[in-house]
Amino acid sequence: MTGDVKARIAERAALELRAGEIVNLGIGIPNLIPAFLPQGSGVVLHTENGLLGVGPRPGVEELDPDLIDAAKQPITALPGAAYFDSAASFAMIRGGHVDVAALGALEVSAAGDIANWAVPGKDVLGVGGAMDLVVGARKVIVTMTATSSGGEPKVVAECRYPLTAAGVADVIVTELSVFRFVDGELRLTELLGDATVDDVAAVTTAPFVVSLEESRVPL
Amino acid sequence: MTVSAPITAEEAVSCIRTGDTVMVGGFGLVGAPLTLIDALVEHSDASDLTIVSNNIGEPGRGLGRLLRQGRIRRGISSYFTSNPEAVAAVNAGELAATLVPQGTFAEAIRAGGAGIGGFYTPVGAGTVLAEGKEERLLDGVRHVLEEPLRADVALVYAARADPLGNLWYRRTARNFNPVMATAAKITVAEVGELLPLGALEPESVVTPHLYVDYLVVRS
Repeated sequence: MTGDVKARIAERAALELRAGEIVNLGIGIPNLIPAFLPQGSGVVLHTENGLLGVGPRPGVEELDPDLIDAAKQPITALPGAAYFDSAASFAMIRGGHVDVAALGALEVSAAGDIANWAVPGKDVLGVGGAMDLVVGARKVIVTMTATSSGGEPKVVAECRYPLTAAGVADVIVTELSVFRFVDGELRLTELLGDATVDDVAAVTTAPFVVSLEESRVPL
Repeated sequence: MTVSAPITAEEAVSCIRTGDTVMVGGFGLVGAPLTLIDALVEHSDASDLTIVSNNIGEPGRGLGRLLRQGRIRRGISSYFTSNPEAVAAVNAGELAATLVPQGTFAEAIRAGGAGIGGFYTPVGAGTVLAEGKEERLLDGVRHVLEEPLRADVALVYAARADPLGNLWYRRTARNFNPVMATAAKITVAEVGELLPLGALEPESVVTPHLYVDYLVVRS
């Protein structure tokens, strides 16, 4: 997967966010989203290790060892930011006070099940806040490539990997398309770049309905 | 209990006994009581420990040092993966791992400190992390019963304290420290700066002093 593909997914995912929304960004592609938010977007970033009002990455002179995001990378805090402990942070998440969680995934099923934390027999020892975020956030946006590095489809009929949670995905953004879960149905709502419905179908094993809306990607 | 004069890190860790459960604050190494951990490594022979901490340090740093000594029997964490040596120890059968979603982990500690006997959360329901746990349908949503976490000793870090043990945390170094300070029989706070009585604004105290038994000044 090239950086260019990841950036394109992040760019499209950024268009999902609205002024005033409280948004938690997961590790990987979601962390690229802030670069695509326009100046003064009004989107407020939350990081589960205890900060509301995450600012841009610091320059060397601003580096603060006490100020990191959930990916353990250095950040800044914007004017009006607030710090809190981990129990309060996850109370915000579970309590439905965080509007959007954007996160990567290994697989998403036709029922909106997300598998994003474990590969059987390999890594089942790190879950972090993923389960809390997908259950608690009002809207869950999955950003991921359409296929794995091995070429396997990631939008699947049923997840093979251990679930993060069942029936929680609202939007999937890949480099090829946007899917939305509406009334329990998986809908292909937008094609990205020069992708066709056939291109998407070729790498998607989940059944889906084609329901294309006008593209929101700026030309 | 009310603190008097600060004690040394070596004295503080002498309250940890073989077989104890020890909570250790920090998100990765940020906000971790590194002076106390180093003292536990260098000046204590307590072993067979159960460590409750979001991570098991990093290779050779923080709790990663204690892990290398083979003194941790069980880890209760949300993210072992940040220390590959912890993952290897689990795979070799040398470390028992209890993996907990991060928000459930924080809330279980909060519950432990607040005298709550358990709580139902939707997080983890239907996943492998809920296997064997009591489940209930509440308001139509699957919930899992989680039990509180308590410890014999909590080791926390705070940037500032007064001589009574009132604590103030800096930026994202707060994380799990305030809840852990409430959930152990003995709480030792490592502090960056010990201020005179009255120098902390009562409104800015995050951990009131009744939770803190001993103060150690960071070296």
